[in-house]
Amino acid sequence: MALKTEAIGLALMIELPLVIVVAQRGGPSTGLPTKTEQSDLFQAVYGRNGESPVPVLASRSPADCFDASIEASRIAIEYRTPVILLSDGAIGTGSEPWKLPDLEALPRIDPRIRTDPQGFHPYERDPETLARPWALPGTKGLEHRVGGLEKDALTGNVSYDPQNHEKMVRTRAEKVQRVARTYPPTDVAGDRDGDVLVISWGGTYGSVTQALLDTRAAGVRVGHVHLRYIHPLPLDLPEIAARYRNVLVPELNLGQLRLHLRGQLGMETVGLNKIQGKPFHVAEVRSAIEKLAPRAKEIA
Amino acid sequence: MTGKLNLAKKDFVSDQEVRWCPGCADFAILATVQKVMPELDVPKENIVFVSGIGCSSRFPYYMNTYGIHGIHGRAPAIATGLKMARPELTVFVVTGDGDGLSIGGNHLIHALRRNVDLKILLFDNRIYGLTKGQASPTSELGKKTKSTPYGTVDRPFNPLTLALGAGATFVARSVATDVAHLAQVLRRAAAHKGAAFVHIWQNCPVFNDGAFDSWSEREVRDDALLKLEHGKPLVFGKSKEKALRIGDGCRLETGPVGAYALIHDETRDDLALAMALAALEPPSPQPMGVLRAVQRPTVDALARQQEDEAVRKRAPDLKALLHSGDVWTVGA
Repeated sequence: MALKTEAIGLALMIELPLVIVVAQRGGPSTGLPTKTEQSDLFQAVYGRNGESPVPVLASRSPADCFDASIEASRIAIEYRTPVILLSDGAIGTGSEPWKLPDLEALPRIDPRIRTDPQGFHPYERDPETLARPWALPGTKGLEHRVGGLEKDALTGNVSYDPQNHEKMVRTRAEKVQRVARTYPPTDVAGDRDGDVLVISWGGTYGSVTQALLDTRAAGVRVGHVHLRYIHPLPLDLPEIAARYRNVLVPELNLGQLRLHLRGQLGMETVGLNKIQGKPFHVAEVRSAIEKLAPRAKEIA
Repeated sequence: MTGKLNLAKKDFVSDQEVRWCPGCADFAILATVQKVMPELDVPKENIVFVSGIGCSSRFPYYMNTYGIHGIHGRAPAIATGLKMARPELTVFVVTGDGDGLSIGGNHLIHALRRNVDLKILLFDNRIYGLTKGQASPTSELGKKTKSTPYGTVDRPFNPLTLALGAGATFVARSVATDVAHLAQVLRRAAAHKGAAFVHIWQNCPVFNDGAFDSWSEREVRDDALLKLEHGKPLVFGKSKEKALRIGDGCRLETGPVGAYALIHDETRDDLALAMALAALEPPSPQPMGVLRAVQRPTVDALARQQEDEAVRKRAPDLKALLHSGDVWTVGA
């Protein structure tokens, strides 16, 4: 992803679909190849020049990569935007049983390719998604030019107009925000309210899930949201988090999702951070949950 | 109007204001390309211009075809993807000496090595013009620029030997001040099946004015340039009185015509003659025209063929693929 940053910027400027799959490993630079880490969240969400929002998703397990890829493709195609799909070393080198999908039941993605030259403007937007028309080379009457220079909001021609630039920056941001409208309700595992909500993402799914089972068995009221949608964040997340006294964010980094949650939602959380190129042990997560739930010991 | 499609130059002119400096040689190249396009008899919706970054790379905005103004040096990568996915399209790459030979050098040589069916036009003004005058990979040794106030200390690329060394199947050169010659070369490049590399000397009147005057001006060019014609002797001079021949140490040397002149053969499989011609620098006459034009399978056609064969052997079946390998049924 570090190497492709400039191309991702171009893709979001020309507003064409692209899915970038990132298997995160220990960084920076060449870092710890083959070892797992979750330290590319900032780069995925914020790491480009200019105001350059892109949707960012994360898969949680090897089997989940299949569905996460379809969802990333849906967003990329329907919204004409690059989408970053985060995986990591633990997922990339892991394996698990995978229930074969029923192909007929998979969601259809309609690219709505533009073929009608009547009234064609390369940057005229769909009122719902704000996606622009996608016209393929070879289509008569739809010849047009795209590129990395700022575009006129309708024609797509190069424009240095100050008001137009601000309008386009805001429109690209709004388009990405609107992706959140299409998310399903966020799944909450465990207790629906209580002492602790654990918000995690990516390859820590297994250890967090087991820690949840253990602590609930020990009497802690704890819930778990494992985020598929890193950016934009799910609209129902603040309301879910408000039902718990504490929010714990375990991550294999120095707190990138925490800062993202604080910046985007003003959410205060407690971090559990490990940067050793290794996954969490269940005990590490369990103990972090217990620290936030004093009642656990009383019950035990 | 030309060809079966009855296209004219005006059909290829976009409605955008051309934003090059007054006097830029890019105007002449643009006009020549627009003039030649109708002759290709390709519907304009099937033509795509791809560029990188730099003055030359604004080119796609001015062509009324499909176009993409890409990222610095990466036009051959974008164009390769397009041609692999859509082999029926005619794809041009427009780049410059900075874009194509510095940051994009790697993409360029691999597009040539792979023989992707692209027409690559490299506008060479031997300077970074868009950023106001820094030394480029073709700036001559010792040249003083804003980034090299005491003169460059690094030797420039020769774009022709670079392209030949990368295995390009079509290599040619022209100059923006000789639009008749440029048009001929562009026609040849467009007709070539495979990666066609066209090196175009292009004067930058603001940051490197007169870079090519010592050989491209009307009064000197007969002696300073060698116009290549396939199957014809390698002769030059006002009345074609001078010829190139192989001298001691296999070097090309100049002698009087009549004694012995090499015959140009652009179809030679080996690189010896094309490379010797490409390497000529002043005071030797510099070659103009087609140095090499050989036929090799294109990578886009080979990839398609491979795919077709694979499909013929086994029809694509996603369900069968998913159900192959380590699959088992979990009982109730």
